[in-house]
Amino acid sequence: MTMNYTLPDEKGYFGKFGGKFVPEILIPALEELENAYREITRDPGFEEEYRKLLEEYVGRPTKLTFANRLTEHFGRARIYLKREDLCHTGAHKINNATGQLLLAKKMGKSRIIAETGAGQHGVATATACAKFGFECVIYMGEEDIRRQKLNVDRMRLLGAEVRPVSSGSRTLKDATNEAIRDWVTNVEDTFYIIGSVVGPHPYPMITRNFQRVIGDETRSQLMKVEGKLPDYLVACIGGGSNAIGLFYPFIHDEEVTLIGIEAAGEGVETEKHAATITKGTRGVLHGSMSYLLHTEEGQIQLPHSVSAGLDYPGVGPEHAHLHDIKRVEYYAVTDSDAMRSVKLLSETEGIIPAIETAHAVAYLETLMPRTEEDEVVVLNCSGRGDKDMKTISEWF
Amino acid sequence: MPEEIVQPSRVRELFRNKKDSDKVVSLFITAGYPELDATVDLILGFEKNGAEMIELGIPFSDPLADGPTVQYASNIAIENGITLEKIFHMIREIRKKSQIPLVLMGYINPILRYGVEKFCRDAAGAGADGLIIPDLPPEESALITDSVHKNHLDMVYLVAPNTTDERMQQIDQLSSGFVYCVSVTGVTGARSGDEIEASVNRFIHRVHKNITRNPKMIGFGIRSFEDAQKISEYTDGFIVGSALIGTIRKSYPEENWQDSVFDFVRSLSSGPSN
Repeated sequence: MTMNYTLPDEKGYFGKFGGKFVPEILIPALEELENAYREITRDPGFEEEYRKLLEEYVGRPTKLTFANRLTEHFGRARIYLKREDLCHTGAHKINNATGQLLLAKKMGKSRIIAETGAGQHGVATATACAKFGFECVIYMGEEDIRRQKLNVDRMRLLGAEVRPVSSGSRTLKDATNEAIRDWVTNVEDTFYIIGSVVGPHPYPMITRNFQRVIGDETRSQLMKVEGKLPDYLVACIGGGSNAIGLFYPFIHDEEVTLIGIEAAGEGVETEKHAATITKGTRGVLHGSMSYLLHTEEGQIQLPHSVSAGLDYPGVGPEHAHLHDIKRVEYYAVTDSDAMRSVKLLSETEGIIPAIETAHAVAYLETLMPRTEEDEVVVLNCSGRGDKDMKTISEWF
Repeated sequence: MPEEIVQPSRVRELFRNKKDSDKVVSLFITAGYPELDATVDLILGFEKNGAEMIELGIPFSDPLADGPTVQYASNIAIENGITLEKIFHMIREIRKKSQIPLVLMGYINPILRYGVEKFCRDAAGAGADGLIIPDLPPEESALITDSVHKNHLDMVYLVAPNTTDERMQQIDQLSSGFVYCVSVTGVTGARSGDEIEASVNRFIHRVHKNITRNPKMIGFGIRSFEDAQKISEYTDGFIVGSALIGTIRKSYPEENWQDSVFDFVRSLSSGPSN
């Protein structure tokens, strides 16, 4: 079977998922955004400016590192790490933040807002705003401010205003609500840089396209060292931007198994998890139809994950679709397995991963025994763990 | 087979029977706030004190078009254990005593979860007249249009200051009952009266020009009779929500807390001095 994958469609749908479930006020803003985006994709000047920024400022292409001791540890397929942790600011988020900022600049917007969970998207956005001299407001839940203090300090040092959000679970979901409310209020001069492949169309498409550089690089780098495509790609999923960035360029290569790892928190059989695809049902949150964790009454449930970046009750609509068409396999990993894998990767490879990333690492325990020695696994090392040192030292 | 509602829309009747100069006073209240048992009596009291239409809010955990006041009321109502079943029961209780036009206003997710068709059938069966779904723009309306028509509900869409003329005309075609005119860009309850006055004039004129099929109701940020007088000139009436909930929040749970709420409601239709 050959796939012909050209999503999203004109209405912004990936199969049954996606769309624009937003207040009327945002409709003109989304149309303006979509038109501007279509324009820049036809503009070689934009592409050149973005590539140059990725190269000179973000530090791309990031390395593809052969994880020799991790490979020995499992004794099966060869494991490579796509080193998004080596991006400027320490995670893949900056690929998208710089891309969307350039778009905001083209559109003549003067003020940038963003939501952040782990703080990585907030830091990336604040960084890009500093680099280009934009006013920057970051919405962040109070609970996340507590557990990601280092990133809060970084954002402030970069000149951004961090606005604490005290509603709901005081995490990423609530920060996103507040950012949308700000956008609704200041829609004329404000550009909302969404940090993941969530939100109303065209955001999931735009963010994916700014993140696909991860997969594009992986493809050519692996060709060079292995002379073949990977057999497995593994990435963690909160909203799903690092995963879609890695997967998307391989979507037509059906011999490549794509695996997304959600946060099982204290276990998917408990109430305390963030495993949206594994346990959720269809619904609308933050402007798009996707899988959701919600009650029988349609109230959004409070997710739980030790990792602030995965602590989100929704997931990008494209992932919901890729799950439905069975192109990507989705599994969930608990807090404690993820934390053990922080240690494993640190001790075997000298790389301290973000706790988000460690969820993907933890799945290797399940995946590796089913692989063969002549196979290749690429794991997206989406971020570094410096920001998590407090949580990590409290855990062990 | 869904039960056919033979009665013509109470909402359309209301506007058909009113004089041009009269302004319809419509109130938004979150169902189940401040108590589950308060909603029916509040609405009956609103009617006695001059309200002519009710928007009954379906609480949602993540109301992204709403400011802090409605968020607060929604959270309390959810804590109180509000459900759609209970809301339909409230409407049935109201209908035993009142024929006030009543429109349900709620976000799409709880409606989807309940089932769109079942929701429309049960809402109409209980005696609701229409729906306002702030996060369901015309682009996504296919999701609900058939069920709305089948159950003879009015479907109210919104226009905002940044809605183009052409789009206003399309929304007028798609809407029934009335068109909800959001006076400023922002969340509910966010702006003061002066700010509204400054930004609203051009919008009102565009609304007047482009929305010709349906009555026009204006809302978002109206706090008083004076606010309403200033901005409802070219509209058929106005909607007060956050300011009403703010008044409840101030007086609840004092003894006879409803009295000051009803005083406020009275002041909306006739000015504070009457």
